[in-house]
Amino acid sequence: MSAIFEKLALYWQYPFVRYALIVGVLIALCSSLLGVTLVLKRFSFIGDGLSHVAFGAMAIAAVLDLTNDMPLTLAITVLCAVLLLRTGQNTKIKGDAAVAMLSVGSLAIGYLLMNLFSTSTNLSGDVCSTLFGSTSILTLTQTEVLLCAVLSVVVVAVFLLFYNKIFAVTFDENFARAVGTKASFYNLLIAIVVAVVIVLAMNLVGSLLISALVIFPSLSAMRVFRSFRSVTICSAVLSVCCAVLGILISILAGTPVGSTIVAVDIIAFFVFYAAGRVLGAAGIGAVGK
Amino acid sequence: MAQLTCQDLSVGYEGEIVLQGLDFAVHAGDYLCIVGENGSGKSTLMKTLLGLQPPLGGRVLMGDGLTANSIGYLPQQTVVQKDFPASVREIVRSGCQARCGRRPFYSRAEKRLAADAMDKMQISALAGRCYRDLSGGQQQRVLLARALCATQTMLLLDEPVSGLDPRVTAEMYRLIAELNQRDKITILMISHDIAAAVRYASHILHIGETVFFGTTQEYLHSPQGRMFATQEGGEDDERDL
Repeated sequence: MSAIFEKLALYWQYPFVRYALIVGVLIALCSSLLGVTLVLKRFSFIGDGLSHVAFGAMAIAAVLDLTNDMPLTLAITVLCAVLLLRTGQNTKIKGDAAVAMLSVGSLAIGYLLMNLFSTSTNLSGDVCSTLFGSTSILTLTQTEVLLCAVLSVVVVAVFLLFYNKIFAVTFDENFARAVGTKASFYNLLIAIVVAVVIVLAMNLVGSLLISALVIFPSLSAMRVFRSFRSVTICSAVLSVCCAVLGILISILAGTPVGSTIVAVDIIAFFVFYAAGRVLGAAGIGAVGK
Repeated sequence: MAQLTCQDLSVGYEGEIVLQGLDFAVHAGDYLCIVGENGSGKSTLMKTLLGLQPPLGGRVLMGDGLTANSIGYLPQQTVVQKDFPASVREIVRSGCQARCGRRPFYSRAEKRLAADAMDKMQISALAGRCYRDLSGGQQQRVLLARALCATQTMLLLDEPVSGLDPRVTAEMYRLIAELNQRDKITILMISHDIAAAVRYASHILHIGETVFFGTTQEYLHSPQGRMFATQEGGEDDERDL
């Protein structure tokens, strides 16, 4: 046991490990907040589609040889989020089909661009790390950490400020609109925040695994808790714990960061599922206020 | 002055008119039932009244203290809500959102309003319970309490008793009638249940191939109303209509 702590203490001296933990906690927090809304609004796959868009955007940034690819990726992903929401409402191509088109399209174009124009000697390594985030969390620069921190604060602030409206729009959009809430504005806000979260989370788990970070904590929390507030708080805490645990395990065991975190999330889900069944059978059911 | 006036109103969606030439007025304290077959345009009419979709012709006028955002609305349940983790208190409070405007959190007055609404609907004991664990009747009371938070003047109810058993249905009708008589809230209700409409409503709007609007007494002597009476007569003779 003490050997583990010694090893951790040794790693803690490296700034990149500290950066990884800070960024990991922030991303886990942000991604879990909106998970509840996305799952309940049946938007889970918008997150998935947008993450593929982010992959395509990152490929473009790589081709253009940008040193910091985050601003471009962010801009393109937010734009696509807005477009997806618009098309979801009244067009010939329905929501899920539009998401599928956009997501596989940008995957293909992204890989194609990287193949055609890449200057890198290790192309498949680059692609793999963009998709599964194998090492990028450990190679963050100070600027990226700072940008990540600022965006996380913005996401959390937006969520807290609009918490009641987001609840109302998620629970019953027609009622919200009938009493004068600008539901389309809040849907747009949700989509933009999701896009920001996804671009942030690409650093942590790579574009293929982001949806796991968004939906697992809230699905776990929904097994046990029964009010919107307690589900939200629980999924945020759970997500942060799983991320920290996942990062520590991956450092100690030398496993890829992204998939380790997701594996921890999956285990947590089954624990919560079992807990929900036991509590449900006993007729207790945690309620919270 | 009437609270709600429709002049030569046409409603429909995606440019297709479902129902046209509607003329009716609702005054403070009225209890109007909107009846008609499936697909006759009841729900479309209601969405137009709520401002969720624009009228395709004619006008909807509001007055006597009623504005578009001060109509309380009891929608039909959606699939999303069946699995929604939310406490009764959270849902009822969300009825106050129109009062909040840009303010992000509920004020003490709004929380009290929500508590009063729950009292009125006799669901205060359920405040901490999860919505999806409640029975159908209890869920309707929660949504009715939420609608009460949004209005003091007019409630629009979309088939409030669909899927409820007879005892709970009667209870629901009693609650609505009480809101109408004691709290002087104008009621607009969409219903399939013409027998209940005739018993509780002060006015009836029957839509379909022909449109009827008038008081319940007038309705019973109209062609549409008589058709209903002959259908109903066989099985429910003793009822004094």
